[in-house]
Amino acid sequence: MSFLAGSAVTSFGAHPGRSTLDLMAEAASAALADAGLERGDVDGVVCGYSTTHPHVMLSTVFAEHFGLQPRFATALQLGGATGVAMAMTAHLVIEAGGAERVLVVAGENRLTGQSRDSAIQTLAQVGHPVYEVPLGTTIPAYYGLVASAYLHEHGAREADLAELAVLMRRHAGGHPGAHFREPVTVDDVLGSRPIAEPLKLLDCCPVSDGGAAFVLTRRPVNDHSLALLGAGQGHTHQHISAAPSLLRYGAGPSARTALAQAGLGLERVRYAAVYDSFTVTLALLLEEIGFAPPGAAGRMAADGYFSTAGAVPLNTHGGLLSYGHCGVGGAMAHLAELHRQMTGRAGARQVPGELDVGLLHGDGGVLSSHVTLVVGRP
Amino acid sequence: MSLPDWTSGGAGLVVQRCASCGATWYFARSLCPRCGTDSPESRPSTGAGTVVAVTVVHRAPSDEWRPFAPYTLALVDLEEGVRVMGHAEPGVAIGDRVVVRFDRRAERVVPVFEVRR
Repeated sequence: MSFLAGSAVTSFGAHPGRSTLDLMAEAASAALADAGLERGDVDGVVCGYSTTHPHVMLSTVFAEHFGLQPRFATALQLGGATGVAMAMTAHLVIEAGGAERVLVVAGENRLTGQSRDSAIQTLAQVGHPVYEVPLGTTIPAYYGLVASAYLHEHGAREADLAELAVLMRRHAGGHPGAHFREPVTVDDVLGSRPIAEPLKLLDCCPVSDGGAAFVLTRRPVNDHSLALLGAGQGHTHQHISAAPSLLRYGAGPSARTALAQAGLGLERVRYAAVYDSFTVTLALLLEEIGFAPPGAAGRMAADGYFSTAGAVPLNTHGGLLSYGHCGVGGAMAHLAELHRQMTGRAGARQVPGELDVGLLHGDGGVLSSHVTLVVGRP
Repeated sequence: MSLPDWTSGGAGLVVQRCASCGATWYFARSLCPRCGTDSPESRPSTGAGTVVAVTVVHRAPSDEWRPFAPYTLALVDLEEGVRVMGHAEPGVAIGDRVVVRFDRRAERVVPVFEVRR
Protein backbone atom coordinates (compact mmCIF):
# COMPACT_ATOMS: atom_id res chain seq x y z
CA MET A 1 0.00 0.00 0.00
CA SER A 2 1.01 3.61 -0.47
CA PHE A 3 -0.57 6.88 0.58
CA LEU A 4 -1.55 10.04 -1.24
CA ALA A 5 -0.17 12.52 1.27
CA GLY A 6 -0.26 15.74 -0.71
CA SER A 7 -1.65 17.11 -3.95
CA ALA A 8 -1.87 20.40 -5.77
CA VAL A 9 -3.11 21.83 -9.01
CA THR A 10 -2.36 25.28 -10.42
CA SER A 11 -5.08 27.30 -12.04
CA PHE A 12 -5.56 26.19 -15.66
CA GLY A 13 -5.91 28.61 -18.55
CA ALA A 14 -3.42 31.08 -20.04
CA HIS A 15 -0.18 31.54 -18.14
CA PRO A 16 1.84 33.59 -20.64
CA GLY A 17 5.56 33.58 -19.98
CA ARG A 18 5.46 30.51 -17.75
CA SER A 19 7.45 27.50 -18.96
CA THR A 20 6.90 23.78 -18.44
CA LEU A 21 9.46 23.80 -15.62
CA ASP A 22 7.90 26.92 -14.03
CA LEU A 23 4.48 25.25 -13.89
CA MET A 24 5.94 21.95 -12.66
CA ALA A 25 7.85 23.72 -9.88
CA GLU A 26 4.79 25.70 -8.78
CA ALA A 27 2.70 22.54 -8.53
CA ALA A 28 5.49 20.56 -6.84
CA SER A 29 6.04 23.20 -4.15
CA ALA A 30 2.31 23.35 -3.43
CA ALA A 31 1.97 19.55 -3.24
CA LEU A 32 4.89 19.30 -0.82
CA ALA A 33 3.33 22.03 1.32
CA ASP A 34 0.03 20.14 1.25
CA ALA A 35 1.81 17.00 2.43
CA GLY A 36 3.72 18.91 5.11
CA LEU A 37 7.03 17.74 3.65
CA GLU A 38 10.20 19.50 2.51
CA ARG A 39 12.06 19.10 -0.76
CA GLY A 40 14.78 17.22 1.14
CA ASP A 41 12.26 14.55 2.16
CA VAL A 42 11.70 13.49 -1.46
CA ASP A 43 13.61 10.38 -2.54
CA GLY A 44 11.73 9.58 -5.74
CA VAL A 45 10.55 11.60 -8.75
CA VAL A 46 8.07 10.51 -11.41
CA CYS A 47 7.38 12.80 -14.36
CA GLY A 48 5.57 12.53 -17.68
CA TYR A 49 6.27 14.55 -20.80
CA SER A 50 5.57 18.02 -22.16
CA THR A 51 4.93 18.79 -25.83
CA THR A 52 6.41 22.27 -25.34
CA HIS A 53 9.52 20.89 -23.61
CA PRO A 54 10.31 17.64 -25.39
CA HIS A 55 13.17 15.84 -23.65
CA VAL A 56 14.29 12.24 -23.34
CA MET A 57 14.96 12.63 -19.58
CA LEU A 58 12.32 14.96 -18.17
CA SER A 59 12.44 13.55 -14.63
CA THR A 60 16.10 14.38 -14.10
CA VAL A 61 15.71 17.70 -15.94
CA PHE A 62 13.05 18.57 -13.39
CA ALA A 63 14.95 17.11 -10.42
CA GLU A 64 17.96 19.26 -11.25
CA HIS A 65 15.78 22.34 -11.77
CA PHE A 66 13.96 21.82 -8.47
CA GLY A 67 17.10 20.91 -6.52
CA LEU A 68 16.47 17.21 -5.94
CA GLN A 69 18.85 14.24 -6.06
CA PRO A 70 16.42 11.31 -5.82
CA ARG A 71 17.35 7.64 -5.56
CA PHE A 72 14.56 6.77 -7.98
CA ALA A 73 13.53 8.76 -11.08
CA THR A 74 11.61 8.00 -14.23
CA ALA A 75 9.43 9.68 -16.85
CA LEU A 76 6.66 7.98 -18.72
CA GLN A 77 4.40 8.52 -21.70
CA LEU A 78 0.88 7.18 -22.00
CA GLY A 79 -0.94 10.12 -23.53
CA GLY A 80 -3.83 11.39 -21.44
CA ALA A 81 -3.51 8.44 -19.07
CA THR A 82 0.05 9.45 -18.15
CA GLY A 83 -0.80 11.34 -14.96
CA VAL A 84 -2.75 8.40 -13.55
CA ALA A 85 -0.04 5.98 -14.67
CA MET A 86 2.55 8.17 -12.92
CA ALA A 87 0.66 7.86 -9.63
CA MET A 88 0.36 4.09 -10.18
CA THR A 89 4.09 3.85 -10.91
CA ALA A 90 4.95 5.78 -7.74
CA HIS A 91 2.61 3.46 -5.82
CA LEU A 92 4.32 0.34 -7.21
CA VAL A 93 7.82 1.75 -6.61
CA ILE A 94 6.93 2.49 -2.99
CA GLU A 95 5.42 -0.97 -2.51
CA ALA A 96 8.58 -2.50 -3.99
CA GLY A 97 10.81 -0.52 -1.63
CA GLY A 98 12.37 1.63 -4.36
CA ALA A 99 11.54 4.89 -2.61
CA GLU A 100 9.54 6.16 0.38
CA ARG A 101 8.39 9.66 -0.57
CA VAL A 102 7.80 10.14 -4.27
CA LEU A 103 7.05 13.44 -5.96
CA VAL A 104 4.79 12.98 -9.00
CA VAL A 105 4.73 16.16 -11.07
CA ALA A 106 3.63 17.52 -14.45
CA GLY A 107 3.13 20.88 -16.08
CA GLU A 108 2.96 22.38 -19.53
CA ASN A 109 2.38 25.74 -21.21
CA ARG A 110 0.42 23.88 -23.88
CA LEU A 111 -1.79 26.88 -24.68
CA THR A 112 0.64 29.81 -24.79
CA GLY A 113 3.87 27.92 -25.52
CA GLN A 114 2.99 27.10 -29.14
CA SER A 115 0.57 27.96 -31.92
CA ARG A 116 -2.88 26.36 -31.93
CA ASP A 117 -2.04 24.55 -35.19
CA SER A 118 1.15 23.21 -33.62
CA ALA A 119 -0.73 21.84 -30.61
CA ILE A 120 -3.36 20.21 -32.84
CA GLN A 121 -0.74 18.65 -35.14
CA THR A 122 1.41 17.38 -32.27
CA LEU A 123 -1.56 15.72 -30.59
CA ALA A 124 -2.82 14.18 -33.86
CA GLN A 125 0.43 12.17 -33.92
CA VAL A 126 -1.14 9.62 -31.58
CA GLY A 127 -2.70 8.51 -34.86
CA HIS A 128 -0.88 6.31 -37.35
CA PRO A 129 1.86 8.25 -39.18
CA VAL A 130 1.35 6.36 -42.46
CA TYR A 131 -2.30 5.24 -42.50
CA GLU A 132 -4.16 7.97 -40.53
CA VAL A 133 -2.31 11.28 -40.03
CA PRO A 134 -1.75 11.85 -43.81
CA LEU A 135 -5.56 11.92 -44.20
CA GLY A 136 -5.72 15.25 -42.32
CA THR A 137 -6.78 13.78 -38.99
CA THR A 138 -7.03 15.52 -35.63
CA ILE A 139 -7.71 14.22 -32.14
CA PRO A 140 -11.32 15.47 -32.36
CA ALA A 141 -11.65 13.59 -35.68
CA TYR A 142 -10.64 10.30 -34.06
CA TYR A 143 -13.13 10.90 -31.26
CA GLY A 144 -15.74 12.13 -33.76
CA LEU A 145 -15.52 8.69 -35.40
CA VAL A 146 -15.92 7.07 -31.99
CA ALA A 147 -18.87 9.34 -31.17
CA SER A 148 -20.68 8.45 -34.41
CA ALA A 149 -20.46 4.75 -33.57
CA TYR A 150 -21.55 5.39 -29.97
CA LEU A 151 -24.63 7.41 -30.97
CA HIS A 152 -25.54 4.96 -33.73
CA GLU A 153 -25.25 1.85 -31.57
CA HIS A 154 -26.96 3.12 -28.43
CA GLY A 155 -29.57 5.40 -29.97
CA ALA A 156 -28.32 8.22 -27.75
CA ARG A 157 -28.71 11.79 -28.95
CA GLU A 158 -26.14 14.55 -29.28
CA ALA A 159 -28.18 16.36 -26.62
CA ASP A 160 -27.45 13.50 -24.21
CA LEU A 161 -23.71 13.97 -24.67
CA ALA A 162 -24.19 17.72 -24.26
CA GLU A 163 -25.52 17.13 -20.74
CA LEU A 164 -22.04 16.01 -19.70
CA ALA A 165 -20.51 19.27 -20.93
CA VAL A 166 -23.20 21.22 -19.08
CA LEU A 167 -22.45 19.32 -15.86
CA MET A 168 -18.68 19.82 -16.11
CA ARG A 169 -19.19 23.55 -16.68
CA ARG A 170 -21.52 23.80 -13.70
CA HIS A 171 -18.92 22.09 -11.53
CA ALA A 172 -16.16 24.36 -12.83
CA GLY A 173 -18.22 27.36 -11.74
CA GLY A 174 -17.38 26.40 -8.17
CA HIS A 175 -13.61 26.34 -8.70
CA PRO A 176 -11.68 29.59 -9.02
CA GLY A 177 -8.85 27.83 -10.88
CA ALA A 178 -10.97 26.55 -13.78
CA HIS A 179 -10.22 27.60 -17.36
CA PHE A 180 -13.92 28.11 -18.19
CA ARG A 181 -16.52 28.93 -15.51
CA GLU A 182 -19.46 30.58 -17.31
CA PRO A 183 -22.48 28.23 -17.27
CA VAL A 184 -23.58 26.69 -20.56
CA THR A 185 -26.84 25.04 -21.59
CA VAL A 186 -27.54 22.01 -23.78
CA ASP A 187 -28.58 24.44 -26.53
CA ASP A 188 -25.25 26.28 -26.16
CA VAL A 189 -23.40 22.99 -26.67
CA LEU A 190 -25.56 21.93 -29.62
CA GLY A 191 -25.23 25.39 -31.17
CA SER A 192 -21.46 25.70 -30.77
CA ARG A 193 -19.47 25.44 -33.97
CA PRO A 194 -18.83 21.98 -35.37
CA ILE A 195 -15.27 20.69 -34.89
CA ALA A 196 -15.45 17.06 -36.00
CA GLU A 197 -19.11 16.05 -36.31
CA PRO A 198 -20.91 14.95 -34.27
CA LEU A 199 -18.58 16.79 -31.83
CA LYS A 200 -19.03 20.52 -31.43
CA LEU A 201 -16.66 22.98 -29.75
CA LEU A 202 -18.27 22.55 -26.32
CA ASP A 203 -18.03 18.74 -26.59
CA CYS A 204 -14.25 19.20 -26.65
CA CYS A 205 -11.89 20.07 -23.80
CA PRO A 206 -9.82 23.22 -24.23
CA VAL A 207 -6.04 23.42 -24.55
CA SER A 208 -4.71 24.97 -21.33
CA ASP A 209 -1.54 25.91 -19.49
CA GLY A 210 -1.21 24.42 -16.03
CA GLY A 211 0.50 22.03 -13.67
CA ALA A 212 -0.31 19.44 -11.03
CA ALA A 213 1.62 17.35 -8.52
CA PHE A 214 1.22 14.67 -5.85
CA VAL A 215 3.32 13.32 -3.03
CA LEU A 216 2.97 9.58 -2.44
CA THR A 217 4.45 8.08 0.71
CA ARG A 218 5.03 4.66 2.29
CA ARG A 219 3.19 5.67 5.48
CA PRO A 220 0.53 8.31 6.24
CA VAL A 221 2.37 11.53 7.10
CA ASN A 222 -0.58 13.76 7.98
CA ASP A 223 -4.28 13.60 8.83
CA HIS A 224 -5.34 13.95 5.21
CA SER A 225 -3.42 11.04 3.68
CA LEU A 226 -5.50 8.67 1.55
CA ALA A 227 -4.62 5.03 0.87
CA LEU A 228 -4.13 3.71 -2.67
CA LEU A 229 -6.04 0.46 -2.37
CA GLY A 230 -5.91 -0.84 -5.91
CA ALA A 231 -4.50 -0.08 -9.36
CA GLY A 232 -5.12 -1.54 -12.80
CA GLN A 233 -4.41 -0.94 -16.47
CA GLY A 234 -5.81 -2.10 -19.81
CA HIS A 235 -4.36 -1.52 -23.29
CA THR A 236 -6.15 -2.82 -26.38
CA HIS A 237 -4.63 -0.87 -29.30
CA GLN A 238 -2.88 2.37 -30.20
CA HIS A 239 -4.71 3.51 -33.35
CA ILE A 240 -8.49 3.72 -33.63
CA SER A 241 -8.32 1.94 -37.01
CA ALA A 242 -6.92 -1.09 -35.15
CA ALA A 243 -9.19 -1.02 -32.09
CA PRO A 244 -10.84 -4.42 -31.53
CA SER A 245 -14.17 -2.66 -30.88
CA LEU A 246 -15.57 0.87 -31.27
CA LEU A 247 -17.82 0.41 -28.24
CA ARG A 248 -15.71 -1.35 -25.59
CA TYR A 249 -12.10 -0.58 -24.80
CA GLY A 250 -9.67 -1.29 -21.94
CA ALA A 251 -11.57 0.66 -19.28
CA GLY A 252 -13.63 -2.27 -18.02
CA PRO A 253 -10.69 -4.64 -17.48
CA SER A 254 -8.60 -1.82 -15.96
CA ALA A 255 -11.31 -0.83 -13.46
CA ARG A 256 -12.11 -4.43 -12.58
CA THR A 257 -8.44 -5.12 -11.82
CA ALA A 258 -8.18 -2.06 -9.58
CA LEU A 259 -11.42 -2.81 -7.72
CA ALA A 260 -10.51 -6.49 -7.25
CA GLN A 261 -7.15 -5.48 -5.84
CA ALA A 262 -8.91 -3.14 -3.43
CA GLY A 263 -11.38 -5.90 -2.54
CA LEU A 264 -14.29 -3.55 -3.27
CA GLY A 265 -17.26 -3.57 -5.59
CA LEU A 266 -18.12 -0.62 -7.81
CA GLU A 267 -21.20 0.07 -5.67
CA ARG A 268 -18.84 1.12 -2.85
CA VAL A 269 -17.45 4.03 -4.88
CA ARG A 270 -18.75 7.36 -3.54
CA TYR A 271 -16.74 9.72 -5.74
CA ALA A 272 -15.74 9.33 -9.40
CA ALA A 273 -12.86 11.09 -11.16
CA VAL A 274 -13.09 10.08 -14.81
CA TYR A 275 -11.19 11.31 -17.86
CA ASP A 276 -13.29 13.56 -20.05
CA SER A 277 -11.31 14.84 -23.05
CA PHE A 278 -14.59 14.88 -24.99
CA THR A 279 -18.17 14.35 -23.88
CA VAL A 280 -18.18 11.00 -25.68
CA THR A 281 -15.02 9.95 -23.84
CA LEU A 282 -16.71 10.53 -20.51
CA ALA A 283 -19.89 8.72 -21.59
CA LEU A 284 -18.00 5.68 -22.87
CA LEU A 285 -15.80 5.44 -19.78
CA LEU A 286 -18.64 5.87 -17.27
CA GLU A 287 -20.60 3.19 -19.08
CA GLU A 288 -17.76 0.72 -19.59
CA ILE A 289 -16.60 1.03 -15.96
CA GLY A 290 -20.20 0.41 -14.95
CA PHE A 291 -21.36 3.72 -13.47
CA ALA A 292 -24.08 3.93 -16.15
CA PRO A 293 -25.81 1.49 -18.52
CA PRO A 294 -24.78 1.68 -22.21
CA GLY A 295 -25.98 4.93 -23.78
CA ALA A 296 -27.35 6.34 -20.50
CA ALA A 297 -24.54 8.46 -19.02
CA GLY A 298 -25.81 11.75 -20.45
CA ARG A 299 -29.37 11.23 -19.31
CA MET A 300 -28.16 10.23 -15.83
CA ALA A 301 -26.10 13.42 -15.70
CA ALA A 302 -29.21 15.41 -16.60
CA ASP A 303 -31.06 13.66 -13.76
CA GLY A 304 -28.41 14.72 -11.23
CA TYR A 305 -26.81 11.33 -10.63
CA PHE A 306 -23.28 12.74 -11.09
CA SER A 307 -23.89 16.12 -9.44
CA THR A 308 -22.37 17.28 -6.17
CA ALA A 309 -25.49 16.14 -4.33
CA GLY A 310 -25.96 13.06 -6.50
CA ALA A 311 -25.29 9.37 -5.89
CA VAL A 312 -21.82 9.45 -7.44
CA PRO A 313 -20.38 12.98 -7.65
CA LEU A 314 -18.14 13.28 -10.71
CA ASN A 315 -15.23 15.61 -11.48
CA THR A 316 -16.42 18.34 -9.12
CA HIS A 317 -13.62 20.66 -10.28
CA GLY A 318 -15.06 20.72 -13.82
CA GLY A 319 -12.93 18.03 -15.47
CA LEU A 320 -10.91 18.45 -18.62
CA LEU A 321 -13.99 19.85 -20.35
CA SER A 322 -14.07 22.97 -18.15
CA TYR A 323 -11.25 23.00 -15.58
CA GLY A 324 -9.05 22.48 -18.63
CA HIS A 325 -6.45 20.22 -20.18
CA CYS A 326 -2.74 21.00 -19.96
CA GLY A 327 -1.57 17.56 -21.05
CA VAL A 328 -0.17 15.23 -18.42
CA GLY A 329 -1.43 17.47 -15.60
CA GLY A 330 -4.98 17.35 -16.96
CA ALA A 331 -6.01 14.04 -15.42
CA MET A 332 -3.92 14.80 -12.33
CA ALA A 333 -6.32 17.63 -11.53
CA HIS A 334 -9.01 14.95 -11.19
CA LEU A 335 -7.00 13.22 -8.46
CA ALA A 336 -6.16 16.48 -6.69
CA GLU A 337 -9.89 17.23 -6.52
CA LEU A 338 -10.69 13.68 -5.37
CA HIS A 339 -8.10 14.19 -2.61
CA ARG A 340 -9.76 17.46 -1.55
CA GLN A 341 -13.24 15.96 -1.58
CA MET A 342 -12.40 12.72 0.24
CA THR A 343 -10.56 14.59 2.99
CA GLY A 344 -13.29 17.19 3.51
CA ARG A 345 -11.19 20.08 2.23
CA ALA A 346 -13.12 21.13 -0.87
CA GLY A 347 -14.63 24.25 0.68
CA ALA A 348 -17.78 25.48 -1.04
CA ARG A 349 -17.59 22.53 -3.47
CA GLN A 350 -17.56 19.97 -0.66
CA VAL A 351 -19.73 16.95 -1.34
CA PRO A 352 -21.91 16.15 1.67
CA GLY A 353 -21.61 12.83 3.48
CA GLU A 354 -18.87 10.31 4.01
CA LEU A 355 -16.67 9.80 0.94
CA ASP A 356 -14.73 6.74 1.93
CA VAL A 357 -13.99 5.24 -1.49
CA GLY A 358 -13.06 7.02 -4.72
CA LEU A 359 -12.17 5.84 -8.21
CA LEU A 360 -9.89 7.62 -10.68
CA HIS A 361 -9.75 6.60 -14.34
CA GLY A 362 -7.49 7.95 -17.08
CA ASP A 363 -7.52 7.29 -20.84
CA GLY A 364 -4.72 7.90 -23.33
CA GLY A 365 -4.51 7.95 -27.12
CA VAL A 366 -7.87 7.18 -28.70
CA LEU A 367 -9.29 5.12 -25.83
CA SER A 368 -6.08 3.13 -26.27
CA SER A 369 -4.55 3.11 -22.79
CA HIS A 370 -6.44 2.90 -19.52
CA VAL A 371 -5.31 3.27 -15.92
CA THR A 372 -7.55 3.07 -12.85
CA LEU A 373 -6.83 3.79 -9.19
CA VAL A 374 -9.07 3.01 -6.23
CA VAL A 375 -8.49 5.27 -3.24
CA GLY A 376 -9.82 5.02 0.30
CA ARG A 377 -9.56 6.44 3.77
CA PRO A 378 -6.76 4.67 5.66
CA MET B 1 7.04 -5.78 -57.82
CA SER B 2 5.19 -3.91 -55.08
CA LEU B 3 1.42 -3.47 -55.21
CA PRO B 4 -0.09 -0.01 -55.83
CA ASP B 5 -0.59 1.51 -52.38
CA TRP B 6 -2.02 4.94 -51.59
CA THR B 7 0.48 5.36 -48.72
CA SER B 8 3.25 5.49 -51.34
CA GLY B 9 1.30 7.44 -53.96
CA GLY B 10 -0.36 4.55 -55.82
CA ALA B 11 -4.05 3.93 -56.50
CA GLY B 12 -4.67 0.94 -54.24
CA LEU B 13 -5.39 -0.37 -50.76
CA VAL B 14 -3.11 -3.16 -49.60
CA VAL B 15 -3.90 -5.60 -46.81
CA GLN B 16 -1.78 -8.35 -45.29
CA ARG B 17 -2.57 -11.98 -44.56
CA CYS B 18 -0.75 -14.61 -42.52
CA ALA B 19 -0.19 -17.80 -44.50
CA SER B 20 0.08 -19.76 -41.28
CA CYS B 21 -2.99 -18.75 -39.23
CA GLY B 22 -5.08 -16.86 -41.78
CA ALA B 23 -5.23 -13.59 -39.82
CA THR B 24 -5.69 -10.45 -41.92
CA TRP B 25 -4.77 -6.88 -41.03
CA TYR B 26 -4.08 -3.43 -42.50
CA PHE B 27 -0.96 -1.77 -41.04
CA ALA B 28 1.98 -3.35 -42.91
CA ARG B 29 4.50 -5.24 -40.77
CA SER B 30 6.95 -8.09 -41.06
CA LEU B 31 5.19 -10.57 -38.77
CA CYS B 32 1.70 -11.75 -37.95
CA PRO B 33 0.36 -9.86 -34.89
CA ARG B 34 -1.74 -12.90 -33.94
CA CYS B 35 0.61 -15.89 -34.22
CA GLY B 36 3.99 -14.23 -34.79
CA THR B 37 4.81 -15.99 -38.07
CA ASP B 38 7.23 -14.05 -40.30
CA SER B 39 6.77 -12.88 -43.88
CA PRO B 40 3.03 -12.29 -44.25
CA GLU B 41 1.75 -11.88 -47.81
CA SER B 42 0.52 -8.53 -49.08
CA ARG B 43 -2.49 -8.51 -51.36
CA PRO B 44 -4.64 -5.84 -53.03
CA SER B 45 -8.03 -5.10 -51.48
CA THR B 46 -11.16 -4.88 -53.60
CA GLY B 47 -11.82 -1.60 -51.76
CA ALA B 48 -15.40 -2.62 -51.06
CA GLY B 49 -16.83 -2.61 -47.56
CA THR B 50 -19.25 -1.18 -45.02
CA VAL B 51 -19.05 2.11 -43.11
CA VAL B 52 -18.80 1.68 -39.32
CA ALA B 53 -17.98 5.27 -38.24
CA VAL B 54 -18.14 8.75 -39.83
CA THR B 55 -16.98 12.23 -38.88
CA VAL B 56 -16.99 15.54 -40.73
CA VAL B 57 -13.83 17.51 -39.98
CA HIS B 58 -14.46 21.26 -39.84
CA ARG B 59 -11.33 22.29 -37.94
CA ALA B 60 -8.47 21.16 -40.21
CA PRO B 61 -5.07 20.54 -38.65
CA SER B 62 -2.96 22.59 -41.09
CA ASP B 63 -2.86 25.06 -43.97
CA GLU B 64 -2.60 22.22 -46.50
CA TRP B 65 -5.90 20.72 -45.32
CA ARG B 66 -7.85 23.95 -44.64
CA PRO B 67 -9.00 24.46 -48.27
CA PHE B 68 -10.63 21.01 -48.19
CA ALA B 69 -12.62 21.51 -44.95
CA PRO B 70 -15.22 20.42 -44.17
CA TYR B 71 -14.21 16.91 -45.27
CA THR B 72 -15.64 13.54 -44.33
CA LEU B 73 -13.56 10.75 -42.76
CA ALA B 74 -14.83 7.22 -42.24
CA LEU B 75 -13.81 3.89 -40.82
CA VAL B 76 -14.73 1.13 -43.27
CA ASP B 77 -14.77 -2.64 -42.71
CA LEU B 78 -13.44 -4.07 -45.97
CA GLU B 79 -14.62 -7.36 -47.43
CA GLU B 80 -11.18 -8.80 -46.61
CA GLY B 81 -12.02 -8.44 -42.93
CA VAL B 82 -9.86 -5.43 -42.07
CA ARG B 83 -10.85 -1.95 -40.91
CA VAL B 84 -9.40 1.07 -42.70
CA MET B 85 -9.66 4.85 -42.34
CA GLY B 86 -10.24 6.97 -45.40
CA HIS B 87 -11.97 10.02 -46.76
CA ALA B 88 -15.59 9.58 -47.80
CA GLU B 89 -18.09 11.36 -49.96
CA PRO B 90 -20.25 13.86 -48.05
CA GLY B 91 -23.40 12.26 -46.66
CA VAL B 92 -21.98 8.76 -46.25
CA ALA B 93 -23.56 7.12 -43.20
CA ILE B 94 -22.91 4.18 -40.88
CA GLY B 95 -24.12 0.97 -42.51
CA ASP B 96 -23.63 2.23 -46.08
CA ARG B 97 -21.96 -0.21 -48.47
CA VAL B 98 -19.12 1.67 -50.11
CA VAL B 99 -16.26 1.22 -52.54
CA VAL B 100 -12.99 3.09 -52.73
CA ARG B 101 -11.63 5.42 -55.37
CA PHE B 102 -8.48 7.49 -55.16
CA ASP B 103 -8.24 11.29 -55.27
CA ARG B 104 -5.41 13.77 -54.97
CA ARG B 105 -5.99 15.95 -51.89
CA ALA B 106 -3.51 18.10 -49.99
CA GLU B 107 -0.82 17.07 -52.49
CA ARG B 108 -1.11 13.36 -51.87
CA VAL B 109 -3.17 10.37 -52.93
CA VAL B 110 -5.95 9.53 -50.48
CA PRO B 111 -8.59 6.77 -50.50
CA VAL B 112 -12.13 8.17 -50.84
CA PHE B 113 -15.09 5.91 -50.15
CA GLU B 114 -18.33 6.38 -52.08
CA VAL B 115 -21.65 4.59 -51.83
CA ARG B 116 -21.90 1.52 -54.09
CA ARG B 117 -24.62 1.83 -56.72
